[in-house]
Amino acid sequence: MSKVVGVLGQFRDPTALVHGAEAVRDAGYKQWDTHSPFPIHGMDQAMGMKRSGLGYFIGLCAFLGAATGFGLQSWAHAIAYPAIIAGKPLFAWQAYIVITFALLVLFGAIGSVIGMLLFNRLPRFHHPVFYSDRFESCSDDGFFISIEADDPQFDQENTVRLLKEAGALAVDILEETDE
Amino acid sequence: MAEALPLKQQPVHVATDADLITGDQTFHTVTEHISSITEGKTPKMWFLLWGMAVSLLLVLLGSIGFLVWNGTGVWGLNNPVGWGWAIVNFVWWVGIGHAGTLISAILFLLRQQWRTSINRFAEAMTLFAVICALLFPGIHVGRMWLLYYFFPIPNQMGVWPNFRSPLLWDFFAVGTYFTVSLLFWYTGLIPDLATLRDRAKTRLRKLTFGILSLGWRGGNRQWQHYEIAYLVLAGLSTPLVLSVHSVVSSDFATSMVPGWHTTIFPPYFVAGAIYSGFAMVLTLGLIARRVYHLEHFITLNHLDKMAKIMLVTGSMVGYSYGMEFFIAWYSGNQYEAFTFINRALGPYAWAYWIMIFCNVVVPQFFWIRKVRRNVVLLFIASILVNIGMWFERFVITVTSLSRDFLPAAWDYYSPTIWDVAIFLGSFGLFFTFFLLFLRFLPMIAMAEVKGVLPQAHPHRGGSHE
Repeated sequence: MSKVVGVLGQFRDPTALVHGAEAVRDAGYKQWDTHSPFPIHGMDQAMGMKRSGLGYFIGLCAFLGAATGFGLQSWAHAIAYPAIIAGKPLFAWQAYIVITFALLVLFGAIGSVIGMLLFNRLPRFHHPVFYSDRFESCSDDGFFISIEADDPQFDQENTVRLLKEAGALAVDILEETDE
Repeated sequence: MAEALPLKQQPVHVATDADLITGDQTFHTVTEHISSITEGKTPKMWFLLWGMAVSLLLVLLGSIGFLVWNGTGVWGLNNPVGWGWAIVNFVWWVGIGHAGTLISAILFLLRQQWRTSINRFAEAMTLFAVICALLFPGIHVGRMWLLYYFFPIPNQMGVWPNFRSPLLWDFFAVGTYFTVSLLFWYTGLIPDLATLRDRAKTRLRKLTFGILSLGWRGGNRQWQHYEIAYLVLAGLSTPLVLSVHSVVSSDFATSMVPGWHTTIFPPYFVAGAIYSGFAMVLTLGLIARRVYHLEHFITLNHLDKMAKIMLVTGSMVGYSYGMEFFIAWYSGNQYEAFTFINRALGPYAWAYWIMIFCNVVVPQFFWIRKVRRNVVLLFIASILVNIGMWFERFVITVTSLSRDFLPAAWDYYSPTIWDVAIFLGSFGLFFTFFLLFLRFLPMIAMAEVKGVLPQAHPHRGGSHE
């Protein structure tokens, strides 16, 4: 038994991929993606994508980092173990800025990597596009559009025709075989 | 059809230097050239170099064992000079680490697209240099099993580290710097690891790179978040890289020792760090370029630009040396004035003039275009600058301590064989890691290089019938 889970069209170059993406976008598909060895400028508009919300997540992490840093230092010196060292006041907020900043950056950086993975649902080692042998060139010099069968508009024949009309050089049917 | 591009143009940066990458590269030749370095048979030369690096690493481990067993008395430290080579080496290695992040973050924000050819191995260099740097404060405490005192962890004594001390700021700054550099480096590696995964022939490589690349599939919905993450990492690293060496300089500047207690230290240290870091990038880059035939990727234009950055930062360092002297005189502080005359004419004058020659005189040759584009001269200059920057830290640390306020307390400091062994050994640590990196990971960011090739920009078209 095998089940069609999507189709994958290969395109010649970045320009062809952008045109292909516009055609798929205009046809109203939702569950699809373009694949390329490097990010292509203008592809977000060509695909009709919204802005990434990742920045807000990172901002939150960075704020948490700064709060942790400042809170930890203030609490440790003013409350947990008040000891006067070198005549400095217990709540010497000026001296806390450096570590506050360091933790802001640290949490922000960890947040951007973890957030990027969360938003991209990575790591994910298993994905329909990997069923196509052709797809191996995607990290080299291949440009692809994949449309998933879950898309309400998906219809094997029409979708393949759409990709071919949009300029695909070759289209693969992605089939899942369950043993 | 080419004229009817319905694509809404956003103000993208067009690669103006068409010769950013030379040799008529296609996407595939880039992949092929860079990946094949990691896939072919290991060259004999590599084994030879790696063997030397590991031998030095063993020297390091042995010397550290000797140090732990006997205590820091095995070093040449004496009563006024309580900070010797350990701090000199620490500052030197951290400084070298600065170029990687400068290239990957600051040049990224400034849209300097030539960075794509050198950022990957410069970032790797940063990581390994910071590891070497962190080694020295780790071992210089003597009883290194008590190192966890640095960490703000609840303990049975209820005591916390002193967050008001620059030494602790340093610990946090360098620790953060290492972590952020590692994340930045790994994030940049993900698409290239996917390339290696897709090219893998053996099961071991398939598994390793499959896991490391996290299932990356180059989807634009992924690239979108990826680019934001990369941009934010660059944005966070930029103030971080400027702050790290400022904090390192606070270790000196917040003390009362003449020659250290000055406000010029943070910018002066940062300029020096970038300067020495670029020198090390050049040293390593020129070797790698030659050995792995990367002349099309690291072109003379790249070398030219790096030499210009060294000219700028080297001149800033030279200016700082001059300004220190001026302030020593202008402040009217006799200790400060004495310290600087002592640096230039005292018992450590030899170190001072090595420093002046290597750091101030040598980069001035970079005004000449022919020098900036001469591989041999660049290599020699980069080595000299590396030496000069080590002596800068030596001069700052040792001349000030060996003759401070009371002549009765003066003493001359010279290192022992263990100081030398640990410093040389740290090169073993560095090159062991660096050679492993060159052997097993793509040393040039393939995805980024492809992105700056002229045919990567969709509006250029060209393939339309």
